[in-house]
Amino acid sequence: MALFLAYCSVVTAVMSGVLALASGQRSGLQRITAALLNAKATHLAERFPKLPGYAEFIFTKERYPSLLRQAVFVLLGTCGVFAVLGGIAIMAADGAVIDQLSYGLPWLSWHVRFDSLSGFFHCVIGIAVIAVALYGPGYVNEFEESKHPFSVLGLFTGLFVAGMLLVPLADDAFFFVIAWELMSVASYFLVTWQHERSANRRAGFIYLLMAEVGAIALILAFGVLAGFSGGLTFAAMRSAELTPLWASIAFSLALLGYGMKAGLVPIHVWLPEAHPVAPSHISALMSGVMLKVAVYGFIRFAFDLLGDMQWQWGLAVLILGTASAVLGVLYAIMQHNLKRLLAYHSVENIGIIFMGLGLSMIFASSGHPKLAVLGLLAALFHTLNHALFKSLLFLGAGAILHQTHEADIERMGGLIHRMPKTAALFLIGCVAISALPLFNGFVSEWLTFQAALQAGVLESGVLRSLVPITAAVLALTGALAAACFVKVYGVVFLGAPRSSKVSHAHEVRSRGMLAGPALLAALCFLFGIFPTPVINGLNSVAGNLLNATLPSVSAMGWLWLTPVSSDVASYSAPLVLLAALLVGTLVSWVLHRVKETANRRADLWECGFGGVTPRMQYTSSAFSMPLRRIFKTVWEVDETIVREPAGAKGQRTAVVRYQLHIGDHAWRFIYHPIAHAVTTAARHIGKIQTGNIRVYLGYSFFTLLFLLWVIS
Amino acid sequence: MAWLIALLQTLLFIALAPLLAGWLKCCKCRLQNRRAPSLLQPYRDLRKLSHKQPVVARQASWIFTITPYIVFSATVLAASVVPLIAVDLPTAAIADVIVMVGFFALARFFQALAGMDIGTAFGGMGSSREMTIASLAEPAMLMAIFTLAMSASTTNLSVAIDHVLAGGFVLRPSYVFALLGLMLVAIAETGRIPVDNPATHLELTMIHEAMILEYSGRHLALIEWASQIKLMLYGVLIANIFFPWGIAETYSLEALGSGLLAITGKLALLAVLLALSETLLAKMRLFRVQEFLGFAYLLSLLGMLSHIILEVID
Repeated sequence: MALFLAYCSVVTAVMSGVLALASGQRSGLQRITAALLNAKATHLAERFPKLPGYAEFIFTKERYPSLLRQAVFVLLGTCGVFAVLGGIAIMAADGAVIDQLSYGLPWLSWHVRFDSLSGFFHCVIGIAVIAVALYGPGYVNEFEESKHPFSVLGLFTGLFVAGMLLVPLADDAFFFVIAWELMSVASYFLVTWQHERSANRRAGFIYLLMAEVGAIALILAFGVLAGFSGGLTFAAMRSAELTPLWASIAFSLALLGYGMKAGLVPIHVWLPEAHPVAPSHISALMSGVMLKVAVYGFIRFAFDLLGDMQWQWGLAVLILGTASAVLGVLYAIMQHNLKRLLAYHSVENIGIIFMGLGLSMIFASSGHPKLAVLGLLAALFHTLNHALFKSLLFLGAGAILHQTHEADIERMGGLIHRMPKTAALFLIGCVAISALPLFNGFVSEWLTFQAALQAGVLESGVLRSLVPITAAVLALTGALAAACFVKVYGVVFLGAPRSSKVSHAHEVRSRGMLAGPALLAALCFLFGIFPTPVINGLNSVAGNLLNATLPSVSAMGWLWLTPVSSDVASYSAPLVLLAALLVGTLVSWVLHRVKETANRRADLWECGFGGVTPRMQYTSSAFSMPLRRIFKTVWEVDETIVREPAGAKGQRTAVVRYQLHIGDHAWRFIYHPIAHAVTTAARHIGKIQTGNIRVYLGYSFFTLLFLLWVIS
Repeated sequence: MAWLIALLQTLLFIALAPLLAGWLKCCKCRLQNRRAPSLLQPYRDLRKLSHKQPVVARQASWIFTITPYIVFSATVLAASVVPLIAVDLPTAAIADVIVMVGFFALARFFQALAGMDIGTAFGGMGSSREMTIASLAEPAMLMAIFTLAMSASTTNLSVAIDHVLAGGFVLRPSYVFALLGLMLVAIAETGRIPVDNPATHLELTMIHEAMILEYSGRHLALIEWASQIKLMLYGVLIANIFFPWGIAETYSLEALGSGLLAITGKLALLAVLLALSETLLAKMRLFRVQEFLGFAYLLSLLGMLSHIILEVID
């Protein structure tokens, strides 16, 4: 049943893509339908006299595009619902379903396995897809006039979602890589959809290049496992006996491959390029969900397929995760393109997820399976949470882009008055991603902290002292994320508008563009207040992988979260919410009893000078200036002040321009040298290409000699 | 019974916070050869403010008017989980020390947003500086707390205090470092000299005051009260975690009474120390604060390392 639902979700995703192809085919379809209806053989028109009327209704020139769009997104939403239902069904059944599909290679049919881990990721994908399907019709309206065909967007969205849903189903390396590539390549076409901009083409190229390098690493990692197991199925790989060295090689390759897709520092650079240029609902899917598929792959590979873990792997993952978390947020805080900023925050959150995974691996390899479950639980819960709030924020950013046509937050401001509903939803996303209490982001970070604080049980002194330091770095990350989102919200929604486009913006008209984010915001709040049911579910998911469960997560009932034991730590979000509401209402009641007056509205205080203008407000770069000075070695800061002199002898300054460019060190120290080396090597190799036929014949002759020598 | 005592303790916390602020001001005035206002002056100020009609700028959104309530509630929630006069109260289980830091972060988040709501340069400046300092102070504070949490193997404040009480008075290097680190963080977080000056309204030096410049009436009263509670809370954390002796372990009347006396004495002493340091030190430049907080972080880190290296018996 669960597997059937999963298949249904994949099929509907593909169907929505195929249906989108029909968007340019109105007249053709109309003719075919008319022919079908009028054909004497079927008697359709006679049996159902209303059908021609319907057909006429659908195929009118005005209605057809919007109806088709609706239908495509309805199918996409159905796909999301199927995915969530299937995921919940398999998690509730707590088992695994195996199937074989007779596609693929002649000697290797596609193996399918749907277990609780796959089910959990299907739920994550499904929720985001539902929100995007609600949001999409209103959002793509804007592109109606543009020359980019909806058919391409719809087709590749369908294939992209289908690819993401197939990856967790795969049970052999061949099928896995096919699904993985479907996901990567389909999303490449989505990134380059608006290909007339050079930034989009560049981002698409970098994305495709890194995705393929990652895929090669993955294929090699599977190759190592296949070499030892003698088969491509995951079942064979699980039972393979690897030497520690080869296991480490396979693990490193997998970490490279999945890390590249997930966006770990320093292999994250495609992410801030590709996510901002895709249409916003696609960015939400890419950032919110596709990165999670990479997390899934990593968990499947490291926790399931590879045998015994080594603590060094855990340490490597923990350190990479910590570095990604803190560098991601530091880079994010300097951005002023809203979607680029959010993309860097994905690097941060992936870092937090990998911190949980690293902790789990350290505990698992040193014989503390229950604490390993805690770490994995924190990572999985953060995966879900990040999918929720990051999709919410990207959809919100899309709504702002849609209404203001402005991507630079330096030119925004005061949108809370113009777009109040979007502002409220975006605020929930900001609070959740900043890991503030009462929302879901806090719960998963709290669990990560609790896992890190159990480091005292570890034997090795190095680990025991390193792990709490990573916890303190996590605290720094959380605080910086809060600073960053104060900046974002303060500059975008609060204060006064900084440009005329923004000051004339309106709330989104389409109800779906509010319903999609509202669904995600509601889930952010719900999982923040009642985390126990989700965590109980994840407990068994993690338990299946590690053969242990945390006995005490909800030992004190659904109100309390007690990851280790009630003496060690406990958190009760429902009681906190209750107390907060109580205190808030009580205080406001008392204060209004003391003096029953409404707030008096007045002009703001202008220090007695008058004329406060929007330009006097703190901008995004002004807000982050103190941090830029404190952590200045982290970025390549290029700050120039240009003065244009005026007057007869240039003694006056007419205009002062401040230009700030923040670069990523990864480009300078890793990617530019690599690119340079590749071009230099190509130039040198190119020298043998003389264009002279005699030289080429000589090459052939010597190659032949060499080959003869080799085989003899 | 336990819940009732917990409720009373929280109310006591809220009620005593202005008194501590008054006492601090009193000590500072004496040390600076000024005539001190009455101990009860903060109460009078709060009463006066709560009777005034709040003036809100026209540009302000609902964030601005809701923030004082969020700040006050979050601070009261934080206060309710800290053992003041008795340990083993049920409220400590609702939220552990990490959640308590989270409450402060929540309050600060909205406070900073409210600072940017009106669109004046002052508000943005205050928000930017506050968030910068907080992002440096939070890891240092959590590091100090983690030292304690790892040695008591709990993040529940009440259980941690029990652990210190059960251990008796032992001079542990990790606690000394953590105590010093936490004291430095407390100065930064509560906006005292040398990081911020609560008495100034000079644009170059303002941090916390710049954010709340536009507040008046009952809104200002709530924010002022919340910052007094926050000051007292840090005092109580320092006093009760590192010197918990005297705190009530049973719910008898005399135990609670002596607990109250003990914490009053400890807080009064801490306030004298703070007043002394505020008198002796000058406010530092904004870009010196990271060195100050870096030092606090280093102290906390040393505390953690000395705990792991010296105190963990394999």
